[in-house]
Amino acid sequence: MSNRRRFLLSCTALAGTALIAKSTFAQDDSQRTALLREVTGSAPVNVGRVTVDTPPLADNGHSVPVRVLVDSPMTTDSHVRRITLLAERNPRPVVASFMLGPHSGRAEIATRIRLADIQEVLALAQFSDGSWWMGGAKVVVTELACLEGG
Amino acid sequence: MLSRIQVPSAARRGEIIPIRIAIQHPMETGYRPDHFGRRIPKNVINSLVCRYNGLEVFRAEMGSGIAANPLLQFYVVAADSGEFVFAWEDDSGQRGSERAAITVSD
Amino acid sequence: MGIRCHAVALLFVLALGPGAIAADQAAPAPRSGIAFASADIRALQLDDFANPGMLWVARGGKLWSAATGRSNRSCVNCHGDAASSMKGVAARYPGVDAATSELLNLEGRINRCRKDQQAAEPLAYESEDLLALTAYVAHQSRGQPLQVSVDAVARPYFARGREIYYRRQGQMNLACTHCHEQNVGRKLLADTISEGHGNAYPIYRLEWQSAGSLHRRLRACYFGVRAEMPAAGSAELLDLELYLAWRASGLPVETPGVRR
Repeated sequence: MSNRRRFLLSCTALAGTALIAKSTFAQDDSQRTALLREVTGSAPVNVGRVTVDTPPLADNGHSVPVRVLVDSPMTTDSHVRRITLLAERNPRPVVASFMLGPHSGRAEIATRIRLADIQEVLALAQFSDGSWWMGGAKVVVTELACLEGG
Repeated sequence: MLSRIQVPSAARRGEIIPIRIAIQHPMETGYRPDHFGRRIPKNVINSLVCRYNGLEVFRAEMGSGIAANPLLQFYVVAADSGEFVFAWEDDSGQRGSERAAITVSD
Repeated sequence: MGIRCHAVALLFVLALGPGAIAADQAAPAPRSGIAFASADIRALQLDDFANPGMLWVARGGKLWSAATGRSNRSCVNCHGDAASSMKGVAARYPGVDAATSELLNLEGRINRCRKDQQAAEPLAYESEDLLALTAYVAHQSRGQPLQVSVDAVARPYFARGREIYYRRQGQMNLACTHCHEQNVGRKLLADTISEGHGNAYPIYRLEWQSAGSLHRRLRACYFGVRAEMPAAGSAELLDLELYLAWRASGLPVETPGVRR
């Protein structure tokens, strides 16, 4: 294969990869807004303070490890009341909610979830002052849960 | 329902201790077909509560997005010696429970 | 999943000649499937609490002590504490039953005991109870190196198993060796091809969302090359299981393994 041909092919591949990367994670903003509203009511959602820890490439969408850690002193005056996990592209996007309090000591939960598609896993945390904060992590899934007969 | 819990048997007052629970349950999504192509009805553990000496210290409301044979990890501040009691229920009304004792020293 | 995806991918696996039939010397340093797994799978298998296969081991422990069958006896009645009486057992299976000259794997031995000693019905493959008992018994040999006998009475079973291993089959016309000896470490779509050992079975497979037997996995491989799938517990799969155990000589039992 000539050098020129090789160069052209690699450019096309790169462009293709960029296109795919952009489209696979792209999510309709209005859908996300509607989903967040379902969880938080009309309360605004701030981005930050919430860390979502997942592998960037899941072994299998049937069981993806997720750890959520929220920056909070967990005192009576300032603590996380609730952490809600969302998977926008799942048939049921609200995955689970966990209720915590000052007795938790640490605003951290870990579990394993099902993912039905490549997506960003979101975690919403509600604080004792009523505010909502959000974090997320993108996960590529090759073997999909829920809708492929599993 | 078979389950296993991991609770430290001893802790110091004020120590933040990790608690884990694993339950054998298919967390049936309702999307799976059986061998005849019929949908297997949804049946997941939808709620789990952990009480520490009677006080609720953790609650999980779960859907079919939680993987089969659910594993949960959370944290609790060690306060007094006593008992952790876990209780959960699935969509079909089946219940499960587990308990573990803890000795807390000053 | 992904059986249909594998079908497409397999078309692209180079189908080289069947290769020389291996001499009677198992590979010097077999590598367990866990060596080809991701960090998450490895961590999950190593964590005795989080490892979902341990739920079946725990269940097996309960069944071990439960009286069953018309005899109303439990495994404990004959075998006592499994941690001592079952240690090393799984490392020697499959093996030929001295009394009947039948080749038995662990599942077969458990069902034989149920019938002969407990007057109980046999348990079906993939049933929760058979998976649990098999996992529990095999787990007692965790860490022990596989060491099956392929001499004397076992010889004919071993020879047939080896023949199956190198036999092209199915629409894809592929033999086990084409993936598990000639393309180890290469990708089959998102999977890394392992050496195909059975030392961790029964395993918890994320794809199955459950524990499952070696025969379940072998049947999936037959499906993958579009061959007719022998029944779980059939002579063909038992012969193959013996050959695989010999191939894996020296590898430690890992039950319960975790795989994707």
